[in-house]
Amino acid sequence: MASRAAQTSRLLSARHARLYLPGLGLIAFAVGSTHPARAATQITGAGSTFDYPLFSKAFYVYGQSHRDVAVNYQSIGSGGGIQQFTAGTVDFGASDVPMNAEELARAHFDVLQIPVTLGGAGIAYNLPGVAKGLKFTRELVADIYLGKVKKWNDPAIAALNPGVKLPNMPITVVHRSDGSGTTYIFTDFLSHVSPEWKEKVGTAKSVQWPAPSSVGGKGNEGVAGLVRQTPGAIGYVELAYLLQNEMTYGQIQNRSGQYVYPTIDTIRAAAATKPDVSSTNFSIVDAEGAESYPISGYSWVLLREQPRDPARGALVKAVMTWLVSKGQDLAASVDYVPLPANVQETALKTINEMKVS
Amino acid sequence: MSGAAAGGLEDRFGHTRVRPRGRLAAWLFSVALYGSCFLFFAVIVGLFLELLWGSRLSLGKFGLRFLWSTQWNPVTQQFGALPFLYGTVVSSGIALLLAVWVGVLAGVYLAEFAPRQLSFMLSLLIELLAAVPSVVYGLWGLFVLAPIVSSWIGPALQAAFGFLPIFQGTIYGVNMLTASLILALMIVPTITAITRDLVAAIPPRVREASLALGASRWETTYKVVLPLVRSGIFGACMLALGRALGETIATTMVIGNRPAISASLFAPGYTVASVIANEFTEATTNLYLSALIELGLILFVVSILVNGAGRLLLQLLVRPQ
Amino acid sequence: MSPSSLGATPRRRHLTDIAWRAIAGLSAVAVAGTLLLILGYIVREGIGALSLSFITNTPRPIGIPDGGVGNGIIGTIIIIGIAALMAFPVGALVGIYLGVYGHGRTAASMRFLSDVLASVPSIAIGLFAYTLLVQPFHHFSAFSASFAFAVLMMPLVIRTTEGALRLLPAALRESAVALGASDYQVTARCLLVAARPGIITGLILALARVTGETAPLLFTAFGSQFWEFNPSNPMAELSLQIFTYAISPYREWHQQAWAGALLLILAVCALGILARVAFRQRATVET
Repeated sequence: MASRAAQTSRLLSARHARLYLPGLGLIAFAVGSTHPARAATQITGAGSTFDYPLFSKAFYVYGQSHRDVAVNYQSIGSGGGIQQFTAGTVDFGASDVPMNAEELARAHFDVLQIPVTLGGAGIAYNLPGVAKGLKFTRELVADIYLGKVKKWNDPAIAALNPGVKLPNMPITVVHRSDGSGTTYIFTDFLSHVSPEWKEKVGTAKSVQWPAPSSVGGKGNEGVAGLVRQTPGAIGYVELAYLLQNEMTYGQIQNRSGQYVYPTIDTIRAAAATKPDVSSTNFSIVDAEGAESYPISGYSWVLLREQPRDPARGALVKAVMTWLVSKGQDLAASVDYVPLPANVQETALKTINEMKVS
Repeated sequence: MSGAAAGGLEDRFGHTRVRPRGRLAAWLFSVALYGSCFLFFAVIVGLFLELLWGSRLSLGKFGLRFLWSTQWNPVTQQFGALPFLYGTVVSSGIALLLAVWVGVLAGVYLAEFAPRQLSFMLSLLIELLAAVPSVVYGLWGLFVLAPIVSSWIGPALQAAFGFLPIFQGTIYGVNMLTASLILALMIVPTITAITRDLVAAIPPRVREASLALGASRWETTYKVVLPLVRSGIFGACMLALGRALGETIATTMVIGNRPAISASLFAPGYTVASVIANEFTEATTNLYLSALIELGLILFVVSILVNGAGRLLLQLLVRPQ
Repeated sequence: MSPSSLGATPRRRHLTDIAWRAIAGLSAVAVAGTLLLILGYIVREGIGALSLSFITNTPRPIGIPDGGVGNGIIGTIIIIGIAALMAFPVGALVGIYLGVYGHGRTAASMRFLSDVLASVPSIAIGLFAYTLLVQPFHHFSAFSASFAFAVLMMPLVIRTTEGALRLLPAALRESAVALGASDYQVTARCLLVAARPGIITGLILALARVTGETAPLLFTAFGSQFWEFNPSNPMAELSLQIFTYAISPYREWHQQAWAGALLLILAVCALGILARVAFRQRATVET
């Protein structure tokens, strides 16, 4: 007992406990000491992950020549973009699918929706010994995703691809697990080409996938990772991703009967068939024309017609005007599809409806 | 807490000690103490109320049906939670079963048997393992573990125990088993670190007494030391289970994200936290959003039930002594 | 323990002893070995993109070299720092309450609630921070992220503080009281000092819990491409940056994501070693 008391008294006389790690002191210093003046006005935008690479490049280039404005765009997802825009926490939103009537009603202000870029989904697959360029009809893609075609050596696939040695392997259908604009475009395409899909599943950013062998991956990264790792897998992946990662992908028969690859040109061709695109009539899947790639769609920027702060609004207006005109020249450098000239005009006209003074 | 009224605090032996010169400090101390408790309480109640308020639409529309419906269809606006509940409970449960043994044994080794230097190095490594961000576990799980599961672990289990339904069917790389393994990896450090601290805190004289009676080192550990820290280890398991139930990013990357119930561990599944993470940013109808928040509420309630069951079990274990 | 339970032959008991100790040792090695495996992979993937400019620059778009995560590093430090300053005092005090004075119903329910809070998914807590601190003010902020992180850290701090205090022998407290220490002195200058290693382990675990936590940041810190030091503005954060890069299509960004992950782990390593060293110095006083 005596030794215990001695120990206790040593403890009592010990210097006061330093409970915080030294790192925390540094943090407190960093928080307290820094308050640099910001010369540029910061504009915030949020939404589509698909738009992020293009926007980050475009706004960086814009910032180089316009030192007075810094555009902070964060990719939180299209739905998040619509929500934040509606809640008024950001200056502009971005979404791969325009806001519908219900969403517009929830925003208590007038909304302008502007097409800013184009995307498309390629059909990627992982088949040992089979190269890029496997041919798919539109119906075949639907049947695979409906779970009706279950094996790679199914006669329906073999008939389209004579000379290709198709393995006797089950098809694993890969889809996006997060709601996404790519899924919207893909299911919109399937609904157009397959009445059964339209009735049983429908068109949305996330759906109930009918194929029993379906697996979900988060983001394009997740889908691509699953396709790469699973022999026998098939999945739909965004164009920029397909090209950057040199994935194996197929040709799809379009409405005119031609087999086309997803490329900047074929997606642009699909878009050019519909110059009068608007936020209520925006679908360009399964488009006419021999060159058109059938799984294509626009991405949109959401703006307030009457910005809360007119001065900031003027900056936003200038940035967006630049984005849909000159900014489009940057698209190809990051594997994005520039807007066709006629759609650029429509977009500019809509931006001009912004009331900023 | 009767002592608080007198400006002091009653400790668990019932002593209240206030000295004139320590009165202000004691007063400030107890104010800070109760203030913190109140703040903490307010945060949890606020969180609960917010989840409840957020899920009112879904609660009203689906009622209890939400719990056993297997439909999750954003197009027709039909939502049910069963596949997610199943995936969450099964993946976390298997993870805990795998992690407890390794975790406790490792913790015991570090505290009882390991040479001082080795114990120091291994402890450091294991604490760092706890600190690896879950997104990194997810990436590693997807690119390294999933292929190992689909080409080695899966086929081996199927060859040995293929007669069990849980090891039948096509082996996907991303599945319940991979998710369980990753979760087990993520919770082992928690169990090990706490076990080590608990065991190390047992005074040496306890061991000395046991050794003096002729018990071996292991017998001392197993029959004397471990029973003393059993409730602490149980607490560690609860913390670990809590982490597994709520783990989001890593599970999402390796579980396959398929809202269906399958007997096989080789089939993809889905968890409550994963579906929230995947779909929350994209849900644009109010009902869809509300259904996702209700899933959050369910996770909250499930963890209350898990903890409650754990406590009950603990009391039953302790009573005979 | 009764002598009859040790009835096996001495040789068999000796073998059992060795076998179990070996199994325990193997478990520890297996856990640590897995970490080395994971670390090795991250180093292999990330080392190529790690450079001075990666640490000092702000992010750049694809095709423009020398992008970095400097603003994300500062943002991470600020966000987690403020979170620790919020969570640690509150958590430790609640832990002290539970560990020293906690008996009866109130304490039991507090304990229970803290366990519950530990298993609430981080995204739900992010949502809570969003409705409390973002939506009413119409802009995102680093402070709201810190709040979310603080809520995440609290249960761990509470549990470990309480655990560390409960493990102290009753004699320690009794002798402090016998030496004439006041109640406050007993707790603050005797019990807390003796329980410090456990409390520090708790803080480290809590810091580790939020380092690399991404989900709540989407709706709170929000991210930024620019230098930002004011906690009331949107701020970049390393793991958020990693997440954004990881789901992008570009190899260049993937490499940066791995490099960022490597940085996160290095930071945690440094913190861990620092805490360990401090703990060891103190431990010599106590033994």
